[in-house]
Amino acid sequence: MASRLIDEYFRQSKLPHIWCPGCGHGILMRDVAQAIDNLGLDKHKVVIVSGIGCSSRAAGYMDFDTIHTTHGRAIAFATGIKLAKPELNVIVITGDGDAAAIGGNHLIHACRRNIDLTVVVFNNNIYGMTGGQYSPTTPTGDFGTTAPYGNIDLSFDLPALAQAAGATYTGRGTAFHVPQTVKLIENGIKNKGLSLIDCVSVCPTYYGRKNKKGSAVDMMKWQRDNAVDAKKAASMSEEELKGKLVIGEMYHREKPEYTAEYQKLIEKVGGAK
Amino acid sequence: MAEKRFALLQGNEACVEGAIAAGMRFFSGYPITPSTEIAENSALRLPQVGGKFIQMEDELGGMAAAIGASVAGVKAMTATSGPGFSLKQENIGYASAAEIPCVIVNVQRSGPSTGLPTSPSQADVMQARWGTHGDHPIIAISPSGVQETYDLTVRAFNLAEKYRTPVILLMDEIVGHLREGVELRPAEEMEIINREVWDDPERARHPYRMDEGQLVPKMTPFGEGVGYNITGLSHDGEGFPTNSNEVTNAAMRRMLDKIEKNLGDIVTYEELMLDDAEVAVISFGGAARSVMGALDKAREMGIKAGMFRPITIWPFPEKQVRELAEKVRHIIVAELNDGQLTLEVERVVGGRCPVSHLGKIDGTVLKPDEILEKLKEVSK
Amino acid sequence: MSSRKELRLAGSGGQGVVLASVILAEAAFMAKKAVAQSQSYGPEARGGMCKAEVVVDDRIIHYTKVEHADFLLALTQESLDKYILDVAPDAVIMIDSSLTVPKAAEGHRVISVPILKTAAEAVGRAMTANIVAVAAINSALNIAPDEVLEQAVLAHIPKGTEELNMKALAEGRKLVK
Repeated sequence: MASRLIDEYFRQSKLPHIWCPGCGHGILMRDVAQAIDNLGLDKHKVVIVSGIGCSSRAAGYMDFDTIHTTHGRAIAFATGIKLAKPELNVIVITGDGDAAAIGGNHLIHACRRNIDLTVVVFNNNIYGMTGGQYSPTTPTGDFGTTAPYGNIDLSFDLPALAQAAGATYTGRGTAFHVPQTVKLIENGIKNKGLSLIDCVSVCPTYYGRKNKKGSAVDMMKWQRDNAVDAKKAASMSEEELKGKLVIGEMYHREKPEYTAEYQKLIEKVGGAK
Repeated sequence: MAEKRFALLQGNEACVEGAIAAGMRFFSGYPITPSTEIAENSALRLPQVGGKFIQMEDELGGMAAAIGASVAGVKAMTATSGPGFSLKQENIGYASAAEIPCVIVNVQRSGPSTGLPTSPSQADVMQARWGTHGDHPIIAISPSGVQETYDLTVRAFNLAEKYRTPVILLMDEIVGHLREGVELRPAEEMEIINREVWDDPERARHPYRMDEGQLVPKMTPFGEGVGYNITGLSHDGEGFPTNSNEVTNAAMRRMLDKIEKNLGDIVTYEELMLDDAEVAVISFGGAARSVMGALDKAREMGIKAGMFRPITIWPFPEKQVRELAEKVRHIIVAELNDGQLTLEVERVVGGRCPVSHLGKIDGTVLKPDEILEKLKEVSK
Repeated sequence: MSSRKELRLAGSGGQGVVLASVILAEAAFMAKKAVAQSQSYGPEARGGMCKAEVVVDDRIIHYTKVEHADFLLALTQESLDKYILDVAPDAVIMIDSSLTVPKAAEGHRVISVPILKTAAEAVGRAMTANIVAVAAINSALNIAPDEVLEQAVLAHIPKGTEELNMKALAEGRKLVK
């Protein structure tokens, strides 16, 4: 199956990718392609938009119309593409720093508008491209090159942030939980509105090494052993959830979608030709 | 408003009408004085013609969304002033490097920082050229009145599409908030340029590879079945990142040359009373109107003065100003800043004649009498 | 000598001085004259000194701002005291009759008319003062025929206020014979 997926959705001349051995991003990128394939989307109507950072190199490997933009601005570029041509399926591949630090404002406002974008965050809890600085999702107490004494920041819960800001579909997957993550991305694409899938990756090179998390395999095992489904987590206490990773669908509801509302506005003022 | 051929409009309103006539169907921006009427009128007018307006969460997003819309094949514009122009710079550089046509209107106001938000200034001359980091091609054009704002907005889109580049419409508060009569010539009566698109999807996968005789490589909108890549990283003909110094050099040279080798098409200017002039005043945008007022008086007093008005600010009309410097005894550069265009004029003139700067940095306009005094002084 | 006429309208933000200048400019434009209108203002939406300018000419207008006003309308004492200082030697000054004529106005033709009172009492709405002023100014300066001025007003007022504003125009006209 994998080879057909690669034939169809990847630019083989651009592979192998630049990610480190053991990086979870390759798996997550494949998950995105698998979700597109499962939905049977017309690949000519799929646009991949990325920002800057390790995650955002994904755009260059995927065989669609792809645009690798500026740091933090992927969602804003995507907003322009989607509003200009609402018939396109616009998927944003971004990272934790790209989406939640430098691009945090675009993220929350895209959620507020409920514009039909699917935001897939390759969340490795660190700035990888620049060599291991702490990010908005680095757990408190963890280390980074800019947190040499341990990170005193509190971290973002990205699906909760997106939900609070108005997103209509949120969930969390991991590099380990492939079928579940593919399904979440599929549901995100199907949702007519802003969907955010927080995809917890593994970064053995920086985050893992800095925080003594062991090898890539050890980090994946940790994801396997500590993941708790959101439905089960709902009945667990804060104490029980300590050190656990809540995954699965977190929120889904229907609300008016921005580009559809704008089309209505055009019709109302007589601008539809 | 648009059904009328003649109307009394503000510069900012005329800009929107010109943009729509040029085919703008997307505007993304953020409100900021004194450019806000451009956003307001875009919000009002675009849906009437089937276009889209979006008020973004910030200036950076305003620039980014406009580039996104253009990538999707829709002519797009954003507008800003003062601090907003600073915030847009990174993505202006992206549009320049990725060669995405778009129009950025900067209605200059008094700075630095928040400055005097409602007062005029022309102190973004150098920022319009060098505001974003790195060597990059850029075009900036500056209108002196409301009619010219309409016409130049059309031209800004045409240049953007023709040269695949961001074009800055460098307005100022004087012109943005000035109301004058304007003829809203319909699109059918004007030259409207649309970007060239590849018919062959295979060829379209190389959006940065130029064929012999082309001005710029053609570009196909997203969603047309091509499947190509765009990046702000140094890229090859296919649009994929490269670390090759040779490829980078060739790509940079091609990008810079598309402007530098087409100055005859891009550079426009106005000459007023220069035939017998001994003193030339170089001025642009709203400040040029003060110079025109001064020239009327100077001529009455027998001072042989004229004006050279660059309409294209960047690339600067070097050849024309050099020739002017050979003809006149003295050049005065009248601008609402501390000598930004003066620097460029001095560089170009290279000592062929004396160059004086006459400026304002207090948020007021140059008065014709102040220019007249300077003309008297250098004519002695 | 010159057909150029420079008008300056000054008052307090919220008095509608800018709109008055736009309407006068519109009327001049409709009457096929060359016109340039501009304003300067501070950050306040209401209150604060507000100045609007209209330049009217039979020929193309070069400098678009007022250098020495041929006509000054002042609706507040503060704006009168400030702008009286640089009017043209033969300028016409129109002031609200509640204002005190400053020394600097000596030698000018001063038209003192109850613009604010007329709006509040005869028209019945204080906010129509700018339309009353527009009519008074046009009577004094003959910028455009009455019917053209009416069209200019109608082009710039909210729907539903036509009757009120036409009444303001009529009352304003009566102020200057």
